[in-house]
Amino acid sequence: MAKQYETVIGLEVHVELATKTKIFCGCSTAFGGAPNTHTCPVCTGMPGSLPVLNKQVVEYAAAIGLAANCEIARVCKFDRKNYFYPDNPQNYQISQLYLPIARNGYIEIETGNIRKKIRIHEMHMEEDAGKLVHDEWDDTSLVDYNRSGVPLVEIVSEPDMRSAEEVIAYLEKLRLIIQYLGASDCKLQEGSMRADVNLSVQEVGSGKFGTRTEMKNLNSFKAISRAIEGERRRQIELLEEGKEVVQETRRWDDNKEVSFVMRSKEDAKDYRYFPEPDLVPVVLDDEWLAEIRARQPELRTEKLARYRKEFDIPEYDAEIITASKHMADIFEAVAFLCGKPKKAANWLIVETLRLLKERGQEPEDICFAPENLAKLIGMTEAGVVNSSVAKEVFEKIFDENIDPEKYVEEKGLKIESDEGALKAVLSKVIAENPQAAADYRNGKKKALGALVGQTMKEMKGKADPGAVNRRLKEMLPLKKKSQSPSNTSS
Amino acid sequence: MDIKCLTAVELGKKIGVGEVTVREAAEAALAQIEKVEERVHSFVTVNRERALERADKVQRLLDRGELTGPLAGVPMAVKDNLCTEGMPTTCSSRILENFVPSYTAEAVKRLEAAGAVMLGKTNMDEFAMGSTTETSYFGVTRNPWDLEHVPGGSSGGSCAAVAAEECFYALGSDTGGSIRQPSAFCGVVGMKPTYGTVSRYGLIAYGSSLDQIGPVARDVTDCAAVLEAIAGHDPKDSTSAKKESYAFTKALTEDVQGMRIGIPKDYFGGGLDKEIKEQIYQMVRELEKRGAISEEFDLNLVKYAVPAYYVIASAEASSNLSRFDGVKYGYRTSGYEGLHNMYKKSRSEGFGPEVKRRIMLGSFVLSSGYYDAYYLKALRTKALIKQAFDRAFAKYDVIIAPAAPATAPKLGSSLSDPIKMYLSDVYTVSVNLAGLPAVSVPVGTDSKGLPIGMQIIGDCYQENKIIRAAYTAERIRTYARPQLAAAEEKGGR
Amino acid sequence: MADRISDETIEYVGILAKLELSEEERTAAKGDMERMLDYIDILNELDTLGTEPMSHVFPANNVFREDVVTNGDGSEETLANAPVRAGQSFKVPKTIG
Repeated sequence: MAKQYETVIGLEVHVELATKTKIFCGCSTAFGGAPNTHTCPVCTGMPGSLPVLNKQVVEYAAAIGLAANCEIARVCKFDRKNYFYPDNPQNYQISQLYLPIARNGYIEIETGNIRKKIRIHEMHMEEDAGKLVHDEWDDTSLVDYNRSGVPLVEIVSEPDMRSAEEVIAYLEKLRLIIQYLGASDCKLQEGSMRADVNLSVQEVGSGKFGTRTEMKNLNSFKAISRAIEGERRRQIELLEEGKEVVQETRRWDDNKEVSFVMRSKEDAKDYRYFPEPDLVPVVLDDEWLAEIRARQPELRTEKLARYRKEFDIPEYDAEIITASKHMADIFEAVAFLCGKPKKAANWLIVETLRLLKERGQEPEDICFAPENLAKLIGMTEAGVVNSSVAKEVFEKIFDENIDPEKYVEEKGLKIESDEGALKAVLSKVIAENPQAAADYRNGKKKALGALVGQTMKEMKGKADPGAVNRRLKEMLPLKKKSQSPSNTSS
Repeated sequence: MDIKCLTAVELGKKIGVGEVTVREAAEAALAQIEKVEERVHSFVTVNRERALERADKVQRLLDRGELTGPLAGVPMAVKDNLCTEGMPTTCSSRILENFVPSYTAEAVKRLEAAGAVMLGKTNMDEFAMGSTTETSYFGVTRNPWDLEHVPGGSSGGSCAAVAAEECFYALGSDTGGSIRQPSAFCGVVGMKPTYGTVSRYGLIAYGSSLDQIGPVARDVTDCAAVLEAIAGHDPKDSTSAKKESYAFTKALTEDVQGMRIGIPKDYFGGGLDKEIKEQIYQMVRELEKRGAISEEFDLNLVKYAVPAYYVIASAEASSNLSRFDGVKYGYRTSGYEGLHNMYKKSRSEGFGPEVKRRIMLGSFVLSSGYYDAYYLKALRTKALIKQAFDRAFAKYDVIIAPAAPATAPKLGSSLSDPIKMYLSDVYTVSVNLAGLPAVSVPVGTDSKGLPIGMQIIGDCYQENKIIRAAYTAERIRTYARPQLAAAEEKGGR
Repeated sequence: MADRISDETIEYVGILAKLELSEEERTAAKGDMERMLDYIDILNELDTLGTEPMSHVFPANNVFREDVVTNGDGSEETLANAPVRAGQSFKVPKTIG
């Protein structure tokens, strides 16, 4: 019988914090910008420059630690991690090894209907590296230090996960918590959330972990799933062939769906950590922690409870909306502006999710102003646009964040309220479609649809289909069937 | 009046009342540089035009009343490990030969705000690693008292420049004695302040937990005035202290009445030159005559300071100097194959032997398996040394010790045996480990005519006590000028 | 203690420190390091049991800056000393592959 294997996974998750400035200098953390424009002597490792810690980094890190049920260190310190690489301008990274800010936490995940705690070993603050762009033609790389010194927290889990599904659930939960705290936008594609996967396989029942490998360069949930499956298979194959798994760092290539060893003689993994002499310890006393706790924004469960109380929307809708902090923020703003939470929820859950899916985007990518959706809801409620026009206008809002009032005005998409014009068109349609009119009058109710459609077409969609329906019925009274005693004057 | 013979504060006064113009002062210094530099070689860079331009600007500010203060218009020099915007900053290393910073060290900025006229950058041991200024890539500096001898190091250029009257004061840096020892060898006053008193921003780091910038001056008054100008809290340096008062010149009083002086027996044992011992004892007796009370005591742990120091300083240096890699600034080798070869060749060609030696040692003591045995052991030793000083300062106001076991050695006699060279730092390194302030003041010359320095050590932030003691000592033995400087005039002192 | 530093150790430390030593330098480095370590070994005479390692001499803590952007475009200053520059970036030998 074939051996049964169990996969054991632990994660190292890096999250870029949403501070305005870098961790040790007053340079902007804004994305984009020409290479090296967000740099100064500190974040480019100029000789004689010195780091000064950004207070907001500590507050975000402590808030994440608290939300992840960690023990927050009363005293934490920074250490230097020494290694040479061009994206690391000092050739050491300021990080935390000996006394990290948080330890011993956990996050509860749910897969299927099973709840499970994933323990967090520790969490520390550190600085991000710069960016390398490789030139394939002349064997060089270009270095840009704009990202150098952007604050990160690294969250190291215990090896508590057993499947890709659990890993994704853990990451989604972590992301949600951090987004709710406002501590990061956690976008995998842009690299503001990155996960390294430590994976080993063991024979079921053997009770001892196998040798693990570390997998890097995973920038989507799908890539993570594929990398876990790939690495699991690779390790099992090795064991089945009687070979050994080597403890190493591997780089996942998601296009080829294979991983490569990242190793060279020149990369001795000996980081020579020692206490950073240029920084002093951080002391988080009860008072400061209480302040951070008090400032902690509403987290998801609290938000759900409030939605139940405040808004008359279905539980399912509330769940979906609060699954993204960004979506929930938009929902609340729209609901407040238009006073119609149910409609707001509906637009987000139906149209917005559909468009996100079509565009291959995440809720975090929604970039329209809540005012514009609120206006659109107001316009449909007031009968200014009909629902099909509204959908068309919404797509514009979604893609280009247009002002619906202006747009409808410019494009002439308002419902025609000129009775005379409508009547003229109705008469024309009836005259041009005598067969359909007669059919309807003879009791073939379906025939009315064709007339409504034709009228809408003539009106270029700017008529309210309900009103057209009603007027047509008035103009085409049903013929009396023999002996029918109806006196339909309703 | 010979301008170059004045002290900085004397010159500042004359400039202030218009008796000497700033340009005259700068020209006097530049003329002396021209005259003696070929023999002494205190400087890596002298920028005449920039100095004169600056002199005129300072003069205008003075004339408009926008600048006052004791150092306004006084020409000075800066050790070449302090960054100066637009002026090469080399650390006397090939690897930084063409490095021109875009920023100025905070200490230099403060002096500029006080009206300083910078003449240039002084020579040093490469990256401040050395005790003789012989490890400079740009050649040795010679001792103005005897050109066959070293000026000490690593701030040898600053101390020689002050002694040779090429500038009126200078900035140095002291990681294990690098201000005090060359000050003693060159017969000038040099002070290492309490760690955190002067911002390290812009000082190219050697051992970050030990480095401190300080003044090199002709007398204690100048030393206190310069310290007062450069000290103060700086938000750019996280280890910079916030103190209520930085008024050091108010301690310039001839008063040691009741001052308790500790004489550490372990500093006066074998290994110390007899003449040095005798002259320091002599000075202590003089201070006692003026009301001081001295007592011998066991400081202990003295022999552990040097090895602990070398472990800590080398470890920090190995990390601090890793930024010199041929990527962002500085020297890159001309021929290489691939990234790691570029790193290795640039660094191996860019650093001199002593720097490489310390980087190797530092990397080793931090490497996997040795960290606890060497690095943590050294940090524990440092804690014990600090405790020993704490106990001593519970009993004494100041501690008096030699600054070096001998006077300046001959050129070329030190580098062959690194351990012997490291051992010559025995009286200075403990002070850096414990973060304390200490000053070296001249107390006389030995039979070879070479200056002897006496070190006065204070408890942390007690600069004023050591200034008071040093000022009093200076009243007893006034400042002597080296042959080289004096010979230009009446031929003798 | 003789031979505590092997050739492999010197080679290894060279990799860590990114220094390439000539044969002569290597021999010298080996000797120097052995003598230094022998000398440093006198620290072992000291009983440091129960003594906390001291990295900072003075008990300062919580030195922060506020999260306010103070720096503008620093690219020209940053790149001014670049040994090899390509446009707005530093150029280095290719780092992967």
